[in-house]
Amino acid sequence: MDYEPVIGLEVHVQLKTASKLFCGCSTKFGALPNAQVCPVCLGYPGVLPVLNEKALTLAVMAGLAMGSTVALYSKFDRKNYFYPDLPKAYQVSQYDEPICLGGKIDIEVEGTRKEIRLTRIHLEEDAGKSMHFKGDTGVDYNRTGIPLIEIVSEPDLRSPQEAYQYLKELKTILEYLDVSDCNMEEGSLRCDANVSLRPVGEKKMGTRAEIKNLNSFHNVEKAITYEIERQKELLSRGERIVQETRLWNADESFTRSMRSKEAAHDYRYFPEPDLVPIVFSAKEIESVRVSLPELAQRRKERFMKDFALTAYDAEVLTAQKDLADFFERCLKYSKNAKAISNWMMGDLMRELKLKDLGIAQSPMSPEHIAGLIELMDQGKISGKMAKDVFLEMFGTGKSAQEIVSAKGLSQLSDSSQIEGVVKKVIQENPPSVQDYRNGKKNALSYLVGQVMKATQGRANPKMVNELLVKELEK
Amino acid sequence: MSESLMDLTLHELSELMRARKISSLEVMQAKLARLKEREPQIHAYIRWDEKAAIEEARQRDNVQDHQGSLWGLPIANKDIICVEGVETSCASKILSGYIPPYNATVVERLRGEGAILFGNTNMDEFAMGSSTETSHFGVTRNPWDLTRTPGGSSGGSAAAVAGGLAIAALGTDTGGSIRQPAALCGCVGLKPTYGRVSRYGLIAFASSLDQIGPITQDVEDAALLLEILAGHDSKDSTSLKVEVPRYREHLKKGIRDMKLGLPKEYFISGLDPQVKVAIDEAIKVYTNLGVEVVECQLPYTEYAVATYYVLATAQASSNLARYDGVQYGYRAPNFSNLVDMYFETRSLGFGPEVKRRIILGTYALSSGYYDAYYLKAQKMRTLIRQDFEEAFKKCDAILTPTSPSCAFKIGERMNDPLTMYLSDIFTISANLAGIPGISIPCGFSKEGLPVGLQILGKHFDEATLLRTAYAFEQATDHHKRKPVVR
Ligand SMILES: [Zn+2]
Repeated sequence: MDYEPVIGLEVHVQLKTASKLFCGCSTKFGALPNAQVCPVCLGYPGVLPVLNEKALTLAVMAGLAMGSTVALYSKFDRKNYFYPDLPKAYQVSQYDEPICLGGKIDIEVEGTRKEIRLTRIHLEEDAGKSMHFKGDTGVDYNRTGIPLIEIVSEPDLRSPQEAYQYLKELKTILEYLDVSDCNMEEGSLRCDANVSLRPVGEKKMGTRAEIKNLNSFHNVEKAITYEIERQKELLSRGERIVQETRLWNADESFTRSMRSKEAAHDYRYFPEPDLVPIVFSAKEIESVRVSLPELAQRRKERFMKDFALTAYDAEVLTAQKDLADFFERCLKYSKNAKAISNWMMGDLMRELKLKDLGIAQSPMSPEHIAGLIELMDQGKISGKMAKDVFLEMFGTGKSAQEIVSAKGLSQLSDSSQIEGVVKKVIQENPPSVQDYRNGKKNALSYLVGQVMKATQGRANPKMVNELLVKELEK
Repeated sequence: MSESLMDLTLHELSELMRARKISSLEVMQAKLARLKEREPQIHAYIRWDEKAAIEEARQRDNVQDHQGSLWGLPIANKDIICVEGVETSCASKILSGYIPPYNATVVERLRGEGAILFGNTNMDEFAMGSSTETSHFGVTRNPWDLTRTPGGSSGGSAAAVAGGLAIAALGTDTGGSIRQPAALCGCVGLKPTYGRVSRYGLIAFASSLDQIGPITQDVEDAALLLEILAGHDSKDSTSLKVEVPRYREHLKKGIRDMKLGLPKEYFISGLDPQVKVAIDEAIKVYTNLGVEVVECQLPYTEYAVATYYVLATAQASSNLARYDGVQYGYRAPNFSNLVDMYFETRSLGFGPEVKRRIILGTYALSSGYYDAYYLKAQKMRTLIRQDFEEAFKKCDAILTPTSPSCAFKIGERMNDPLTMYLSDIFTISANLAGIPGISIPCGFSKEGLPVGLQILGKHFDEATLLRTAYAFEQATDHHKRKPVVR
């Protein structure tokens, strides 16, 4: 029998706020254990939460950008369970009245566009982290109370590749909004996958397994692939799928059972009495909507229209917000958009990848890239020279001009030397010379180019021009 | 009986302090002398720090400029309100050794007026009880009759004020825990509107019902303290931005133009006849003052106790889940793994009444039962609030007995939780509706036990409540009677 995978994703995203969801503690990553805690996030007796308004706005922004309906009335609930990393023994979350309902994310897999519906987006606080030592366990509460949104998709995904694309699109949107860093290594983006199979054509959903501990987009793809195969095998043997939570082991690439549904918690949700409901007016939501930044899709269209980039180039450059920002900063120093795009997507991306760097850590500034292109456009260096200069710029962080000058790659300004080349070029290009003498003045630029080429771009273009004209007019 | 500064009210002492006729040290010494004399019999306090109190009094006396209306005057604190550096245990073993690293907002406000927080008073464990008998630190005795309870849960605070062991005290009220002990001890006890006083630093029992309020010797003291305690606090999202009147200025405005309501649902068969007599007398006092007394209806009253015990226990089951032995307080000495540590710590750390309520509340929130219990109770709560809104269309305040009986014997109701729960039958509705209520002394039984009159008011209308209470106090002298403690 042929089976169809049915996949839904639950993504936890850390909101980019300076302080935690209900207290003033810092959210900065990498502090010493328990350096960013206070009585409120430690759940000491008598403390009360106060909602971080910034987190609320970020959640609304995310919802609006994904086409969700922002609820005019929503509320917080307590999710009760015992665990040492949960100091109040309940997590403040949203149960039946979340801040955003519905929404969608468009993905494209192998040229086909598809809409993945969202169920909801809700706000909640993060828990701490248990740390196991020899014979003992400690808890780091720095993460406790960090603001999160959980984005829950409908089970609309049908393949591991679609899941991967969904995550990529989601990340792009959140980065564009500056709502989150979306850094999986630092835990600011986490994903759980619900996977089930059903016979092709069947409408009813099969029994699902929830897969946790997915620490990269590629692992999400791999784990879902593994899980589909596992379930197929069970079904082909006539066995039943058990509803359970499974942990992905990234090192050995398999999932293992963590707990079955029978052992599932009864979270005893009830409205959080220490917080007041979240109430918005339509006007307030509208004011967030108009303040939303330009998103990737819109920016791509603009790049194609304003800078005459191809769809492919515009797509690559806008897939990451910081890449697109870099591109636009380059344009402040050079108007040659096509060349900027080529350098960025070719040499720069390749070198960054080799060094495992992001565009934010690029040793070359937008001004430097533009400077290199300007030197080429002015004919001061050849394309071949530019490649070498680029590598040196990348390695040293120096500007193109600095490198060119230091290496003596700079212009030839000795008229006797240039004169020799000019004469040679005129001898070697009679048709162009003829054209020029027949009044086609733009033949001159071709001849200038030839001189530049012959001097590896080092000749002073102004002098070349003058000498060429002088020689041609003879 | 010895002459003592402790027999003066807060506002009287405040005047003497302002006029520099007494020093903070003198007041503190009078208090310590009283403690020596009477505390062994009454046991109103769990702990106090004599040295720190003397030191603080000296510091206040050394300041030339008296700042604030409570300068140098000791206020007793209930063992459920956090004072930085002072062990605060909610009268429970499970919080033994717990020292808060921060101050409750009310503590900051009292200190801002120059007050000295002195001693933590006894209470029912986690404020769960109506007799102060569930305390891990033993029972508190009623100063009017040492064989009887002072009521609860703020029994320590009420007994301290009645017994001359405190000039005034803080209490907390979730279902009557300020008003009922105030009634049983012959003090004034005020539960403000929910949201009037910040709960920040009040160790939660039932978050949507808890309020802090004063227990005092007279109405003027209650007005004085409420002025200080009330007001919005940015640390408590449920505290409201409603202007705080100068309550003391409202006291003497008179009540001639007022209408007072008598809810017939509160004059029931279970009411102690002696209480009934005192309440009837009180109503006569009001009539003689020219007030119109009208009958009113609160038809959902009979569901209040059930509603309360679902909501309060459910919230408590969640609020008390953090006492797990991980971070602070008591941790069982022997356990084999994490789950076992939770079991052992909570089994040994909580007393039986607290356990009973945690179990009740956990059940009410369980999957499949939520709609039948919690959700239904919330709906009933709305109906009860609407009852009052309706009633207040016809009157300015409502008069009821505070408690169906006078102080009961120690041990009498300990094995009968239902009767114990009914001790709060007249006070619970105000917490559910979120409205303010005050209990004032309105007479005595043949055995010489105080009877309390409860006045309930509209949301945030404590001014009317206090004015009504003050008028009664001016016309009577019940509040001047003091118990003889032997
Ligand atoms: Zn904190």
